[in-house]
Amino acid sequence: MTQAESRLRVRKQDDVTIVEFVDRNILDEANIQQIGTEIGSLIESGDAEKLVISFSNVDHLSSAALGALITIHNKLKARDGKLKLANIDPQIYEVFVITKLNMLFEIHETLDGASASFA
Amino acid sequence: MSAPEQSQQNQMGDALELFDDQEQIRDVEARLLKDVERHNYPEASVFAIRLAYEEAVLNGLRHGHKDLPGTPVRVWWSVNERMLKLQVADQGPGFKQDALPDPTSPERLELPHGRGVMLIRCYMTRVSYNESGNEVTMEYDNPELANEGECRG
Repeated sequence: MTQAESRLRVRKQDDVTIVEFVDRNILDEANIQQIGTEIGSLIESGDAEKLVISFSNVDHLSSAALGALITIHNKLKARDGKLKLANIDPQIYEVFVITKLNMLFEIHETLDGASASFA
Repeated sequence: MSAPEQSQQNQMGDALELFDDQEQIRDVEARLLKDVERHNYPEASVFAIRLAYEEAVLNGLRHGHKDLPGTPVRVWWSVNERMLKLQVADQGPGFKQDALPDPTSPERLELPHGRGVMLIRCYMTRVSYNESGNEVTMEYDNPELANEGECRG
């Protein structure tokens, strides 16, 4: 069986792991599950204690995607890691506000701001 | 007597049967959004309607049809310049939407599920369920002509 193509672009900037989504729409359950699995593996490898997820390419998401982000947040928290979100489109940010997840997640306007906040 | 709104309306005839098939779900979503865009709704409305469609269809397939795998949900809509009416019906036992816990409460904020119905209510102008709770009717007023949903605007 061939491995599914990654839904993520992952890079390191000093000790901060930066993850960006390949897809503009994070709606399909299979993709959301894959994103959760991929980021979960990064966390379990111990190489993503400082994690920034950038939404720069993302136009749309569903409540299932929010659920995946919460699971990632909980996994990192259990390992004393920290998740920060960045580059969220205003329409998507409103979804975070309505669900009050802007109070759970640390959200930065820019990727640089999110990365620098670990210092 | 003429009925201008009716004459401008785009209304589907029979409901579409939607299976647990991402390609079909996306195809129907594209048809719905094309109808909405054709009736001059702003971009923010397209975002809201897409979100409500997505949540309602997945609720029906995942929760309504939890014990009915392979059973389709039914989707129907009608749209004119003033309002969209979108219905999603499943064949499950239904649920009491008023009994759902508040997903924004501090004790539930870190749970990864339970936000779909809340988002539908926030983004749509009016939301109602049939008596058994397995059919949701969502109405959305064009915000350029009316007020927005209950949590927004």
